[in-house]
Amino acid sequence: MMPPMMSMADDAIDNLFSAPPKLVNVGLESFAEELTAQGVEVVQVDWSPPARGDARLADLLSKLSW
Amino acid sequence: MSDLVNKIAGANEEAVRRMLAADPVLIDVIPANEAIPELKPGMILHAGPPVDWERMCGPMRGAIAGIAVFEGWADDLADAEAKAAAGAFDFHPNHHFSAVGPMTGMTTISQPVMVVENRTFGNRAYCTINEGLGKVMRFGGNDAEVLDRLRWLRDGLGPAIGAALREMGGVPLKAVVARGLTMGDEMHQRNVGCSGLMLRAISPALARTAADTQELARALAFIGGNDQFFLNIAMALGKAMMDPVRDIEGSTVVTAMSRNGTDFGIRVSGTGDQWFTAPVEMPEGLYFPGYTDADANPDMGDSTIVETIGLGGFAMAAAPAVAGFVGAGSASEAANFTHAMAEIALGENPEWTIPALDYQGVPTGIDVRLVVETGVAPTINTGIAHREPGVGQVGAGVVKAPLGCFEQALVALAERMGVA
Repeated sequence: MMPPMMSMADDAIDNLFSAPPKLVNVGLESFAEELTAQGVEVVQVDWSPPARGDARLADLLSKLSW
Repeated sequence: MSDLVNKIAGANEEAVRRMLAADPVLIDVIPANEAIPELKPGMILHAGPPVDWERMCGPMRGAIAGIAVFEGWADDLADAEAKAAAGAFDFHPNHHFSAVGPMTGMTTISQPVMVVENRTFGNRAYCTINEGLGKVMRFGGNDAEVLDRLRWLRDGLGPAIGAALREMGGVPLKAVVARGLTMGDEMHQRNVGCSGLMLRAISPALARTAADTQELARALAFIGGNDQFFLNIAMALGKAMMDPVRDIEGSTVVTAMSRNGTDFGIRVSGTGDQWFTAPVEMPEGLYFPGYTDADANPDMGDSTIVETIGLGGFAMAAAPAVAGFVGAGSASEAANFTHAMAEIALGENPEWTIPALDYQGVPTGIDVRLVVETGVAPTINTGIAHREPGVGQVGAGVVKAPLGCFEQALVALAERMGVA
């Protein structure tokens, strides 16, 4: 009897647990630096909350921008 | 989009249109009190937003003392400082009189100023002649060598360049900047290409109008030996380009960025001539031999007008040599600065393009909203002055505009539009 064919989804799940991790770090750069220091490849995405997290400025931005 | 957001979009479109429509032409060099009739004896224009003697930094005080001696308003530097402290001089920003000045930015009655006319809108802007590198007044220098050079600029070089410009009908500047960007200039810390182009443009007229061959030779040698000769021209160009952008109701475009060594100030089109200020930052850069960051004065000068029009730090990708000179990383990293500045600008200038970015235009029209939203501060390429009066330049570097200025401007715009 032939074994059932593995689907593409099964391949993806299998790769997820067997292949090296592919990491994207959004925001705080120190998280990415820690991973890099441990030899882990990581893509850093610069991001911060709008208006540096200031709720009043973010509210004004929403009125003046969108 | 709301009606308000539509109104802002229309106002900003008009602001960028006026920037791109500018036609700045260097037309003359004349005494400052002819260019600015409001200038009187005892009146000193300085870089940056308003600041009084008590809050002025060391090099600003050094320049004030030096220029007071130069103008004959004080017997010596000590006398000048005593008179300044006693309130004998009136201090005003250059920006209040259609003028700009690098670093300390001294402008007084008898100094020669270059005149740039924006032929699209008919306005004029003024800036003194660049003194060269080393011990110079713009970096707070004030000894006999500095004052003697200023006298020659007033009595020799200024009138000579003025006569040449009048004879030849002026030099259109937009094309000079466009070529400079392809020659590795960003027009703030690197002006090698544009300074050479200017020398090439005005030399024949200088020769035709010169009364004395020795003076002609001295003028040509001075301009040819000064890699930053074009900086002051670029600054007057920037002021002439941005003044017609002032006072557009609803516009969030920055019309001026400027520093006096104590405060950083910006002006925004939709809030007229109001200054929004925050403490200046300390540049990060490279120092001349024998100096360190302990010697450095905080950020200073009206020269940030070149970043306001999309040059300087905004055009870093055009000038990889500058990235090394100002300690901003490798040549390949220069493009990152321009990409980051594009995030806070409304558009590009199609006439000022950068070969290394596949002829992308320089970022144009700094939007206060984008600066506050992203937290990306305008990057400025700058010279670094010694913090003590009388020493001069000690290095060059990169500095960020403080975000507090932009946050205050955003609140003011919102209040003005009735949504705060």
